[in-house]
Amino acid sequence: MAETPLLSVRNLKVEFPTRRATLTAIDGISFDLKKGEVLGVVGESGAGKSITGSAIIGLLEPPGRISGGEILLGGERIDNLSQTAMRKVRGKRIGMIFQDPLTSLNPLFTIGEQITETIMTHLPVSEAEARKRAVSLLEEVGIPAAAERLDAYPHQFSGGMRQRVVIALALCAEPELVIADEPTTALDVSVQAQIIGLLKRICKDHGASVMLITHDMGVIAETCDRVAVMYSGRIAEIGPVRDVVKNPHHPYTVGLMGAIPTLVGELDRLTQIPGSMPRLDAIPKGCPFNPRCAHVFDRCRAERPDPIDVGTSRVACWLVEEGRNDRASKVEQA
Amino acid sequence: MLAFSIRRLFQALLVMIVVALIAFTLFRFVGDPVNQMVGVETTPEQREALRERLGLNDAVIVQFARFILNAAQFDFGTSYQFKQPVAEMIGKRLPATLELSVVSAIFAVLVGIPMGVYTGLNRDSFLSKVFLSASLVGISLPTFFIGILLIFIFSVNLQWLPSFGRGEVVQIGWWSTGLLTWSGIKALVLPAITLGLFQMTLIMRLVRSEMLEVIRTDYIKFARARGLPNRTVNYRHALKNTLVPVITITGLQLGTIIAFAIITETVFQWPGMGLLFLQSVQNVDIPIMAAYLMLIAFLFVLINFVVDLLYFYVDPRLRTERAIK
Repeated sequence: MAETPLLSVRNLKVEFPTRRATLTAIDGISFDLKKGEVLGVVGESGAGKSITGSAIIGLLEPPGRISGGEILLGGERIDNLSQTAMRKVRGKRIGMIFQDPLTSLNPLFTIGEQITETIMTHLPVSEAEARKRAVSLLEEVGIPAAAERLDAYPHQFSGGMRQRVVIALALCAEPELVIADEPTTALDVSVQAQIIGLLKRICKDHGASVMLITHDMGVIAETCDRVAVMYSGRIAEIGPVRDVVKNPHHPYTVGLMGAIPTLVGELDRLTQIPGSMPRLDAIPKGCPFNPRCAHVFDRCRAERPDPIDVGTSRVACWLVEEGRNDRASKVEQA
Repeated sequence: MLAFSIRRLFQALLVMIVVALIAFTLFRFVGDPVNQMVGVETTPEQREALRERLGLNDAVIVQFARFILNAAQFDFGTSYQFKQPVAEMIGKRLPATLELSVVSAIFAVLVGIPMGVYTGLNRDSFLSKVFLSASLVGISLPTFFIGILLIFIFSVNLQWLPSFGRGEVVQIGWWSTGLLTWSGIKALVLPAITLGLFQMTLIMRLVRSEMLEVIRTDYIKFARARGLPNRTVNYRHALKNTLVPVITITGLQLGTIIAFAIITETVFQWPGMGLLFLQSVQNVDIPIMAAYLMLIAFLFVLINFVVDLLYFYVDPRLRTERAIK
């Protein structure tokens, strides 16, 4: 443990105070992200993936707020920075890519204007220099005739091309970390793979770490070094992609892997996890997954499991902790 | 863009011809113009001679064509009451009304937009609530009351500003302006505020609700995620996206301001067209009313045309012809 991780999230809690009650969207999650690493974050809608991303970049929508824990970037805390100081982190040290490229770009400004203004906000360069950088960035993300397209407006690009522009924008000040929040969900299936490939390659070239938020296990398996599985604002399991995919420990992860459609084998029905994720105002006591878990026992309903090391992974599950896991995997295979 | 302009120009022409028809019908149906012009002791022969001279015995369509031809040359006949050419009378009073209207529109925009942006961004601040409550007053109080209130405070009590008239004016060609003298500017303040207050509150509320909408969009979130300074995000990225509806409303309101400056002009004894129009209504002075109708219609058409062109300037998505494939 000689190297300080690039990003370190320690026991992070995010709350949304509402008139009725305070909802806890993120309940004590911890993870590290090493330099150059690609971390995938998966989970169902509402598991808290995007909120985690917004909390890290300091753009939680009010009334949401960080109510506990800390976020360290390169060893320094960034969760308690002032608005102005945090603004200089955004774009410069952490780049962000949003889900829908069709709405991420301001329709009234040319893409050249949007890229150069971002470059000039963060780097001490002249406008001509910024334009030059913009052109080379656009070429890098694979936009043909980049110099001419600089003066085009977003509506003159296709969805895939716009997401390329968004990637160029997120990377234009050479950030150390890129948070990509479902970068391909809104795109055609045919361009999804291209964009993911591009994102991975370009971040590697620029030496940026990536936090890839998605609900597509396929994308995670192909792209990421490590993966965190989130459920109800907590991390159920986190570890190297190979281990989590091949040898999942948490029943929820087991269920997720079972829900990936395959072309091999004679399975004619997809496996499902019964039930749905609890609402934020009705998270059950103990392990939040317990109402849907096939292997639930008394302790799951009473106490909340904390993540423990299992091999290369960390898993929050009483089954694993009490060594009952064999039964679980056996049942799953049967 | 050119095709669009030409199309709009044709539409504008059509609108003007329809308005001309209405103005023309005024002459035909609101009493006999000859009755308005001659005394009681005029003989039927004299009346008939006058009819012939005025062309009132020609076919209706010929009369209408003549009316349009004359109107196109700014000839609206002679006022019944003042026995002066109508065009000349309006020309004398037009500058006063236009100056008042434009200044009050500028006041409404320059004050309304920043207030709208502020209240949109700081929804819960104390000042926002003050602005919003004050705007409610601005919207609900009738113009004449605001005018009288302002006169009472600033002219009667404080004696800072004059309560009526235009002050000294300077003649530039046929245009008389009050903007070049100190007393002219002072005289303009109260009526301009009175006339513009309603539009100001309207613009403020419009900008506010548009801002609330726009700051929730993805591109604003993305702009913040790129680390752009707040000022850039709010005033460059967000405000520009609120402008299309604001331009529409401001344009329409400018037309309304000009057309309905009447009340403000009456309260402040402003020597503009509104006052002239009121007098012409009292005296059934149809040529003036017809000319006024045509002029206002023309201004509306002109403003709408400019507004349409501004859309193109603001929103690149409308410039489809220039799309790169």
